[in-house]
Amino acid sequence: MEVLISILAAAVRSGTPILYATLGEILTERAGVLNLGLEGLMLMGALSGFWVAYSTSSVTFALVAAFLVGAAIALIHAFLCVHLGANQVVSGLAITMCGTGASSLLGRGLVGETIKGIGVLPIPVLSKIPIIGPVLFNHDPLVYLSYVLVIGMSWFLYSTKAGLNLRAVGEAPGAVDAVGLDPVKLRYLYTVIGGGLAAIGGAYLSLVYTKMWGEHMTAGRGWIAVALVIFAIWHPARAALGAYLFGGVGALQLRMQAAGTSIPAPLLLMLPYLLTILVLLGISIKKGKGILLGAPSALGVPYQREERT
Amino acid sequence: MPRLIIERRFKTPFILSIVFPLLSIVLALLTSSLLLLALNVSPLGALKGMINGALGSWYGISEVLVKAIPLVICGIAVALAFTMKVWNIGAEGQIYLGALASAAAVRYFPVENTFFMLSVMAVMAILAGAFWGGIAGYLKGRWNVNEIITTLMLNYVAIHLVDYFVYGPWRDPSSLGFPMTAPFPDFARLPTFGGTRVHAWIFLALIIVILYRVVIRWTRWGFEIRAIGENQRAALYAGIPYIKNVVLVMAVSGALSALAGMGEIAGLQGRLQHGFSPGYGYTAIIVAWLARLNPWGTVLVSIFMGIIMVGGETLQVIMRLPLASVQVIQGLILLFVLASEFFRNYKVRILSGDGR
Repeated sequence: MEVLISILAAAVRSGTPILYATLGEILTERAGVLNLGLEGLMLMGALSGFWVAYSTSSVTFALVAAFLVGAAIALIHAFLCVHLGANQVVSGLAITMCGTGASSLLGRGLVGETIKGIGVLPIPVLSKIPIIGPVLFNHDPLVYLSYVLVIGMSWFLYSTKAGLNLRAVGEAPGAVDAVGLDPVKLRYLYTVIGGGLAAIGGAYLSLVYTKMWGEHMTAGRGWIAVALVIFAIWHPARAALGAYLFGGVGALQLRMQAAGTSIPAPLLLMLPYLLTILVLLGISIKKGKGILLGAPSALGVPYQREERT
Repeated sequence: MPRLIIERRFKTPFILSIVFPLLSIVLALLTSSLLLLALNVSPLGALKGMINGALGSWYGISEVLVKAIPLVICGIAVALAFTMKVWNIGAEGQIYLGALASAAAVRYFPVENTFFMLSVMAVMAILAGAFWGGIAGYLKGRWNVNEIITTLMLNYVAIHLVDYFVYGPWRDPSSLGFPMTAPFPDFARLPTFGGTRVHAWIFLALIIVILYRVVIRWTRWGFEIRAIGENQRAALYAGIPYIKNVVLVMAVSGALSALAGMGEIAGLQGRLQHGFSPGYGYTAIIVAWLARLNPWGTVLVSIFMGIIMVGGETLQVIMRLPLASVQVIQGLILLFVLASEFFRNYKVRILSGDGR
């Protein structure tokens, strides 16, 4: 029981960076923009968060900086995809390349440094509940913030006017335009916020998880988040489920390595990537032939007034 | 008040297809200069160092060709998939798997005859790459599983698989703990030319470029691929099978990249080792995109990327700049080229006065 609880708690912890990136991408894709730059955004978030925490020892500044850096990079993606109607897949890949390269380049002086980072803050009464307490309420504040985000985003998407507008711009930007809202503005807004959230996910890795900066420290988590958006059918609550599932596999693999299993490390390290493929396959088979139910209809399609139908 | 007028172009002037890529490269270099300034490195010195390293000597030029070989092969592989609007982001993993398979051939079926040994290695690489690419193709064709994600995830799996062997059962006991196999015997090495590291795959690359042109332009299969790429639904109505083609295209694409992987270990390094590819598979995506899927364009862009890579390695030595700077320049070029697409398709005019 003890072991199970500690693995579940570790699943939440290691799932949180993926969760932030997934939530950000859900916002972006709901607005009809595909951002494949998550990996690069997370790395830049991890670096800028670490750098600010290292030089100011303020984690609040660090998180704000990470969010702003992510938002700024996403702004480039938004400009290319929304204004110039560029190919969103290629733009995302380019963002990942720039983010990966620039973070290694700018962060090389920080390799090996450590910071105090963000510590655990048990929630008074709740953390004493058996099982649920240690699994869910004995974490750092960023984990709690992610709970708020999941609940808040679910409410926002399905129960508010602004949420309806967001979903509409991803489904039928022409209709949004027709009722007098600006699809371009909305797409910019949610791409930028989504980029900021992805960067916070990266910052979680350097501020909480390892308290260090390392090249390529996201190790494909950004891409796993892209896959999780599909698994989540673009719904925040399912995103949390998926992120913790992946966190659990990661935690289990670390546990097995620590316990001195005979399975070699590289084979264990493959697990999350194989699981991603299996999960995607499962969801695609279930949804039947070729139609991705739940995907915003205008996802990846630039909106141009002149081509409105 | 001056006003901006944006008009769609009906035809892109030819001169623009040359000016825009060049302009993108210049802007990308300028932007990376800012990054270098932030690191207290003189951009002009860096540029000089890069050009000198890549083009200042015959050895530098031969090294550019060495880098261009896998880029051309993988660039064509990726372009083939892009032609039918399938994204193969998995060339990197296919390179690793091809190298793994050909290293397995050397280990388990050694034949002391260069021609037969290399043939066995090539066949093994082709099979492995076709399988690796084919998986993503089948999942895409049969259940519409997003191929961008599957090919990317398979990259990580392939890289870890190679790690498993070079850290574990295949590790050379005399390598002092480095994750690499023992050096291949001479009969498992591709011939090299004139004292440089340029190896026989330079001819394979040229053959693949020509074949790609022929297949895409003049064969029934090439027509089917293009038709699916242009309009998948119309192609389906015309009776062109989708699943078969997507599996075939991804398998061929994977096999080509795998051959490039074999070239890296049998031509250059002479052994399988951890992290032997500096991201050729990802650079190949840029190559295919910048070349607009044109075969000879692929050769040109590959040589250009080769110059940047060799230049980057020079900077690593003389200025202690990490190789990541190459990645930044590549990413930036891609971003600027993407932005210039807009100006290829649209004319922007400024109307002065009150815009009557």
